[in-house]
Amino acid sequence: MRVGVLALQGDVSEHIDLLRQLGAESFEVRSAQQVATLDGLILPGGESTTIAQLMRYYGIETAIQEAYARGLALYGTCAGLILLAKRIEGRKDGSLALLDVTAVRNGFGRQINSFEADLSIPVLGEPPFRAVFIRAPYVRDPGPDVEILARYEERIVAVRSDRLLASAFHPELSGDPRMHAYFLQMIAAKQPTAV
Amino acid sequence: MAVEVGTERVKRGMAQMQKGGVIMDVVTPDQAKIAEDAGAVAVMALERVPADIRAAGGVARMSDPGLIERIMQAVSIPVMAKARIGHFVEAKVLEAIGVDYIDESEVLTPADETHHIDKHAFTVPFVCGARDLGEALRRIGEGAAMIRTKGEAGTGNVVEATRHMRTVMGQIHQLMGLRDDEVAAFAKEIGAPLELVKQVREQGRLPVVNFAAGGIATPADAALMMHLGADGVFVGSGIFKSEDPAKRARAIVLATAHYEDYKLIAEVSKDLGAPMSGLDVASMPPEQRLATRGW
Repeated sequence: MRVGVLALQGDVSEHIDLLRQLGAESFEVRSAQQVATLDGLILPGGESTTIAQLMRYYGIETAIQEAYARGLALYGTCAGLILLAKRIEGRKDGSLALLDVTAVRNGFGRQINSFEADLSIPVLGEPPFRAVFIRAPYVRDPGPDVEILARYEERIVAVRSDRLLASAFHPELSGDPRMHAYFLQMIAAKQPTAV
Repeated sequence: MAVEVGTERVKRGMAQMQKGGVIMDVVTPDQAKIAEDAGAVAVMALERVPADIRAAGGVARMSDPGLIERIMQAVSIPVMAKARIGHFVEAKVLEAIGVDYIDESEVLTPADETHHIDKHAFTVPFVCGARDLGEALRRIGEGAAMIRTKGEAGTGNVVEATRHMRTVMGQIHQLMGLRDDEVAAFAKEIGAPLELVKQVREQGRLPVVNFAAGGIATPADAALMMHLGADGVFVGSGIFKSEDPAKRARAIVLATAHYEDYKLIAEVSKDLGAPMSGLDVASMPPEQRLATRGW
């Protein structure tokens, strides 16, 4: 199973370390050509405005959209969630615009309001997930096909829809591999021969 | 565990989200917008860029909180601001208005020649300058959540940034090659806490993100720093003291992200207009060097 991490900007190596720990073949992705060879792609944490702009150069945005249509699975954390969202509050357009939700940027406030907390994520079972929120977004107005995986104080912070997974928090910072393992299972379920 | 703000993980994590990016000095809300539109991961809100601080002389202090707030309102990316070395009240003021990161910076005139700010006592994360591994680990010991090598700010000359990045990385390599029984003497020699030295030896890198700063003026300069091991770059005077700031800013962002793609760097470096005029650091009198502030 080939899982890339979009390496235009953000906390790329943290994701790669976790994926390798889980036994997945994982590497940095910087070009449209690389995108076409993947089973899964993680959009890391970072600055969504920066990554969105860098994706627009050199056709990476289009390459990801086309690869998704052909079966690629995507997981976005924090900035990655914003990039996946069809709608971004306060913006005219989404970036990749694949996930039927509205992303509310900096939904919990500025950096001084950033926090970590124990989060119940039923699909991962017990114990609770130590979730790190950094200038994190949250999700509103999920479409009918969007499954809500977790809420923090009423706000939606993790969702899944078909081959798309998104979390407002950073599982790559807490060292708990369960979200990444869940993503690998998602990929495997779509590609029974690839594991 | 309860809900916690301002943990080491939350503070260091914020810097991890900036990796591979460019942080730009700005002095007006309009410049902040230009930086954001060009793809900056954050802006440093200032009254004057380092080149102008140098030219003006006198005492350089924290910027007007009103200006910083206007810049915070103008952009959605993180906003950093500078406090003087040791001036914990300036830092508390910056925390009170909600800046996302504080730079305890040698570019401003130090307020304390002995003590740096106790950065553990803050919810907001700090970035501090360093010229070598010992200085970096002393700052991390005081609670810095991010390091930037100092370079020589306001010169447009990358030579000191190169020296400091090579020094930090070289010392890490040296540490990795030592025998176990040589580590304590190494820690003493560089004046760093032994526990942090051991941590660096274990992980093969600093425990926090390390950006390059101080003299970066071109896309190739930024890419050079990435090759030397920087996690990202600060560009101070280099953008808004150049002929076409928007174009140069975007070019530096692209060169930082794709630092191994030389065709791309060539492409984005074309027709950028004049860079900031630089200063020769070698002939600069010692008292004009900012990097020697702090210990």
